[in-house]
Amino acid sequence: MQRIGVFVCWCGSNIAGTVDVHAVAEALKNESGVVFSTDYQYMCSQAGQDIIKNAIAEHKLTGIVVCSCSPRMHEATFRKTAAAAGLNPYMVEIANIREQCSWVHKDMLSGTEKAVILGRAAIAKVHLNAPLTPGQSPVAKRALVIGGGIAGIQTALDIADAGFPVDIVETKPTIGGKMAQLDKTFPTLDCAACILTPKMVDAAQNELIKIYSYSEVSQVSGYVGNFDVTIKRRARYVKEDLCTGCGLCTEKCPQKKVPNEFNLGMDNRRAIYIPFAQAVPKIATIDPDYCTMLKTGKCGICSKVCTAGAIDYTAKDEYITEKYGAIVVATGYNPISMEKFDEFAYSQSKDVITSLEFERLTNAAGPTAGKLLRPSDGEHPHKIVFVQCVGSRCDSCAEKGKEYCSKICCMYTAKHAMLTRDKYPDTEVYVFYIDVRTPGKAFDEFYRRAVEEYGVHYVKGMVGKVVPQGKKLMVQASDLIDGKQLHIDADLVVLAAAIEPDKSARPLATMLTASMDTNDFFTEAHPKLRPVESPTAGVFLSGACQGPKDIPETVSQASAAAAKVIGLLCKDHLTGNPCVASANEMLCSGCSQCANVCPYGAITYSEKEFRMPNRTTLMRRVASVNPAVCQGCGACTVACPSGAMDLNGFKNNQIMAEVDAICRN
Amino acid sequence: MQTVNTQTLIERASALLKDGTVSAVLGWKRGEFDYDMTPAVFTTEEELSAGFVYNDFCGANLSKYLLKKTREIQGKILVFLKPCDTYSFNQLLTEHRIHRENAYVIGVPCNGMADIHSIRKITGEGIARVELTDSGLLVHTLYDDAPVAVSYEDAMADRCKTCKSKKHVAYDELLGEEGDVLDSHRFDEVAKLEAMTPDERFAFWQGELSRCIRCNACRDVCPACTCEKCVFDNPDSGVENKAPGGDFEEKMFHIIRAFHVAGRCTDCGECSRVCPQDIPLHLLNRKFISDINKTYGEYQAGETADQRPPLVNFTQNDPEPSDVVKGGHDHA
Repeated sequence: MQRIGVFVCWCGSNIAGTVDVHAVAEALKNESGVVFSTDYQYMCSQAGQDIIKNAIAEHKLTGIVVCSCSPRMHEATFRKTAAAAGLNPYMVEIANIREQCSWVHKDMLSGTEKAVILGRAAIAKVHLNAPLTPGQSPVAKRALVIGGGIAGIQTALDIADAGFPVDIVETKPTIGGKMAQLDKTFPTLDCAACILTPKMVDAAQNELIKIYSYSEVSQVSGYVGNFDVTIKRRARYVKEDLCTGCGLCTEKCPQKKVPNEFNLGMDNRRAIYIPFAQAVPKIATIDPDYCTMLKTGKCGICSKVCTAGAIDYTAKDEYITEKYGAIVVATGYNPISMEKFDEFAYSQSKDVITSLEFERLTNAAGPTAGKLLRPSDGEHPHKIVFVQCVGSRCDSCAEKGKEYCSKICCMYTAKHAMLTRDKYPDTEVYVFYIDVRTPGKAFDEFYRRAVEEYGVHYVKGMVGKVVPQGKKLMVQASDLIDGKQLHIDADLVVLAAAIEPDKSARPLATMLTASMDTNDFFTEAHPKLRPVESPTAGVFLSGACQGPKDIPETVSQASAAAAKVIGLLCKDHLTGNPCVASANEMLCSGCSQCANVCPYGAITYSEKEFRMPNRTTLMRRVASVNPAVCQGCGACTVACPSGAMDLNGFKNNQIMAEVDAICRN
Repeated sequence: MQTVNTQTLIERASALLKDGTVSAVLGWKRGEFDYDMTPAVFTTEEELSAGFVYNDFCGANLSKYLLKKTREIQGKILVFLKPCDTYSFNQLLTEHRIHRENAYVIGVPCNGMADIHSIRKITGEGIARVELTDSGLLVHTLYDDAPVAVSYEDAMADRCKTCKSKKHVAYDELLGEEGDVLDSHRFDEVAKLEAMTPDERFAFWQGELSRCIRCNACRDVCPACTCEKCVFDNPDSGVENKAPGGDFEEKMFHIIRAFHVAGRCTDCGECSRVCPQDIPLHLLNRKFISDINKTYGEYQAGETADQRPPLVNFTQNDPEPSDVVKGGHDHA
């Protein structure tokens, strides 16, 4: 029989406001096994913890129930308190009478009644608790960063700086991400390449950083400290160790009509290509969709001109497996497709472009060598209309856009407008907006400069329609402040497209068992207090994969994620969770249902010999759980029809006892 | 009326016993009554010719018996499986309960099996003898002087009236012609239940399940219920004492059992066949199957031996829990 102590917390007025805490403590005194019951203003305070410690000693308690906040808040606190008083920490149960009780009830009567019931359930569970001892697992001292944009690069540099090896996996042939495509960066207007490329080079030169470009993560197993990751290295048909990046092949390749994705299809590249001059690694890649040699077997020109002998048309995808202690997701974002927004005539006119395309048009390395020319006829535009929030902050139209604010558009549009006016003062620039949102250091000043010094016409209101008419784009818009309709004959229309997580994020989240929100942004472990950790242990978040972010914020988060990774990799051992599943072999039928539902691959099967009546034996297939891999999610215990699978700390009979206690009148 | 007769099956079984392909035969023999054909093991030609039967009362699905018999008997066991039985056979393979190499499957065609419950509804109680003739069944009762004629169609079990498949999904050899998967409208019965108000539905199940005498026949015959130790026989499971709980007798037993076989039930209908109280237990399972189909796409348990049942599988196309609630039925 357990000797149970019950400690009811007021949490100031958080609980005591709608729960009669004295009454709860009194009521629970009558439960079987309860030898001590009290209430206190703040159980988590030092004084509160002392009450628990003293009671454990004085009343020789074998188990305690703390009726307080969610176990996510203070379970660890009270476990430590119990341990300090010599009680096994797993003899502590939390009855959540705050989030699930006092906060959701308005009257004292029902709040108190429910608190008593929840306390009773926890007491019923403690009766069946057993002391548990956690195991330890080693930590693989290597980190994986998925995504090689500025977020991934910064995280990798910081981790390497602390002395840990780190691998970057990037799907594109080069690292650099979206930032490599940008022209200038707000609010200081320094050139993106000038500040990004040194970091790319740093990453390439760092002996602790290995870059797997043109590669993707294809499989993840294991757990925090011990992830096994399979990386698919896509065949680039160029031997990475031999290619010098001279670029001769990219000049001689006869296949000239390949849309250049780096310039968003506004010009063409060859079938063998290096995305841009400062690419890292600077290695050519053959595009198998366009290469004549790979498609028809006739050509081979790149191979003939390559003095290094680096071309290999027979290359195959390769798979490598590495062990990692921590994984950082830095998969970034993409502008959304404009196909559902045809009121802006994106598909009808080449002169309706997205902001990212505008970046390429003004970039010295872009299709127009930095001259702002209309894509349709190469003429200089004299009247430009910028449309903000295209697909962002859509409420009623959530079917086609996003409900969230993409956050970066106000600032880059101000930048585009300002730079245009600066370089081409003869150009008239209009910006249509819902609100201008410029919180951030030196951001509002930047926007005001665009309006006040550069004379950009900011108009509050949305563009209703863009109609191509001859060489002009007829823009119909409303000016909400003047309360009138505007008709502008623009030469160029620039759409600030909403941004969304990269498409690779969702399958990756499935592999990592990391959670996502409804917009496919990765969810953080706590929105305020653990913003760079995923709820999945050992998985960290860096950059726009977690939510829309500009470069300064991305870099801060990248470094924060790195700090978390370094903290993890510094440890030699991780204390495991003793609440893991185990199979009762006598009950197990070997049906595999548990292994099918196990998200961690912790369950394996073997044929075992069992003694049967009359001196016979029987070979039977039974499950066994690897406690180091099991995360204690309990999916297997639910799937198991015979109840052979059970979870320490959450045994089937404990849960049943809780339910019984709740149902008891 | 079955197209393949007893003699054909005996001849084939004898040949396989003789040439050593199999060491035993799992078939049917006559039980207490004419309508009571019971599963049996035969190891010699003599036993076969003396007792083996295949007729319209051989409804028993023999696949589950392989579990015990393959553990007892060395060598291969010849088993005769009707089309719907082969689904159970595959499901047992999926769950590693039997090994394929221990069984030699002969697929026997089935024209639908007679069911004593159906016959009783026509003739009433007191059936003493049943004759199977080419034109139909002649049922002799204790209360009538002349036998009552019942057509094969009327005598058929409910599960056979909505037969889902005449196709054998697993066999080593086939007797007779291969059939097709049928569009049986078997979910019409589920739709009727769904159309009821919650109160009506509760009353319906209360009426049916109150008759349960907890004989465990449904559990014992069910090819999905093959646990080494059933939770209802395990006092430590915490479930066994819950079985009789609730507003009416044994409600929880049937609901727990339906959950345990969810996604694994092939809808063979054995539970309803063996129920001495004629409770339409298969409807509970069929409702689950219908819900799984609607939520995760069409799925037939046992269609192949290497399926991943949707309830223990995760795919990127799985609906989110919120979608299931939104798209689901009225559970009010």
